[in-house]
Amino acid sequence: LLGAGLIGGRAQAQGTLTPNTFEEITSYNNFYEFGTRKEDPARNAHMLTTSPWEIVIDGMVDNPGTYSFEQVVEDMTIEERIYRFRCVEAWSMVIPWNGFELADLLERVGVQDGARYVAFETALRPDEMPGVRVPVLDWPYREGLRLDEAMHPLTIMATGLYGEPMPNQNGAPIRLVVPWKYGFKSIKSIVRITVTADEPVATWNATQPREYGFYSNVNPNVDHPRWSQANERVIGGGLLARRQPTLMFNGYEDEVASLYEGMDLAEFF
Amino acid sequence: MTDAADRTGPAPVMQHVNGALRRVPPSLLYVGGAAWGGWLFWLAATGGLGVEPIEALEHRYGKLALQLIVAGLAVTPLRQWAGLNLIPFRRAIGVLAFGYVLAHFLVWAVLDVQTLSAIWADIVKRPYVTIGMVGFATLIPLALTSNNRAIRRLGPVRWRHLHKLAYPAAVLGAVHYVWLAKGLQFEPLFYLGAILGLLALRLVPRKVRVAG
Repeated sequence: LLGAGLIGGRAQAQGTLTPNTFEEITSYNNFYEFGTRKEDPARNAHMLTTSPWEIVIDGMVDNPGTYSFEQVVEDMTIEERIYRFRCVEAWSMVIPWNGFELADLLERVGVQDGARYVAFETALRPDEMPGVRVPVLDWPYREGLRLDEAMHPLTIMATGLYGEPMPNQNGAPIRLVVPWKYGFKSIKSIVRITVTADEPVATWNATQPREYGFYSNVNPNVDHPRWSQANERVIGGGLLARRQPTLMFNGYEDEVASLYEGMDLAEFF
Repeated sequence: MTDAADRTGPAPVMQHVNGALRRVPPSLLYVGGAAWGGWLFWLAATGGLGVEPIEALEHRYGKLALQLIVAGLAVTPLRQWAGLNLIPFRRAIGVLAFGYVLAHFLVWAVLDVQTLSAIWADIVKRPYVTIGMVGFATLIPLALTSNNRAIRRLGPVRWRHLHKLAYPAAVLGAVHYVWLAKGLQFEPLFYLGAILGLLALRLVPRKVRVAG
């Protein structure tokens, strides 16, 4: 809770965030590797073997290599971060993540001069992921951040929620969480982290560049071509839930707006 | 009655099936169809459709409408190619399909989008919503003329012409579904394929035509 208290300044100012229930967070998911319906990941993700788990860290780092999950998390300070989570589909939740700052991991492996981006890749296991047998997306799922976004203290690698190890449908054993961006940027079940000089491929951006930008910062003023992003439905409100206004940078404007100073956010959406 | 199925008659098994079906009152379909819609609403209101009941109910109603439209389009080919006579149920299937499209629209407008200005903005600005609305509008005259009095007033020829509007409405509904999906998903494409296939079957010349 300390982390949330320190970091989520704006959130606190607007009143405390009430997390969604564990059941809500784990039964309504987008994880296309396990199927495209919201209930598919909860149904199918148990097939994923999450231990042992290895992550390749390579590219422009001083200590490249294949690290076990245990090696990655050792020495990391796991804290609770209660973040808003806003999906590009205009629904949202509040999730109490457990994780560590990505910056700590990047500092440990040593980012070299000239590096400007960080690329991530999700596991691709046709035997354990029924969804990847269908070419909905160009597997494996990939995402990327600018280095300053990756180093931002709000950006975490999450290993659990509600104090439990990360449920498979939420991206076990380790996933990215970037709370001011649409949820698909927060890539799940990561097996590779590559530090690069050039902007990496991001799966949704490559699939439909007109609809999903590389940045994909939450922005109520820039609509998705097929729906409005001005408001969102908070999961858990039942059949008569009212929509609530979407906040600029998902409510983290004070913390992250400076990263995009001088950028036209309608052009770099 | 010029098609081969009627002339030679369906296979004996089909005759049994058709005979049994004749004893089923089409009103059962209306009762069952309406009850199912009400049951889904009750499930949505009480947590039975998951943690996001608005989207779930909207999608369930929309998909049921598409399924009924596919069923309605299958009636003629089934009679022609398999000798199965579902004609007595076709009106009920069509009226129920319209009912589910209406329910789908109402859940979307009232529970999902919620404000009149946003509903209008979506219809005008979002092509997949526009297409869905056009499909819905196309079905309205069909629903209004789904009674014997309308057939009498229009005359059977004009009535049949009018009800060919079900074809474009079905295609619009399927395109609406394909378009709103994120990425190229199998299920919406399946419905589009089924509808286009059932329409294409109507272009296939009938096997035997014996002048009567």
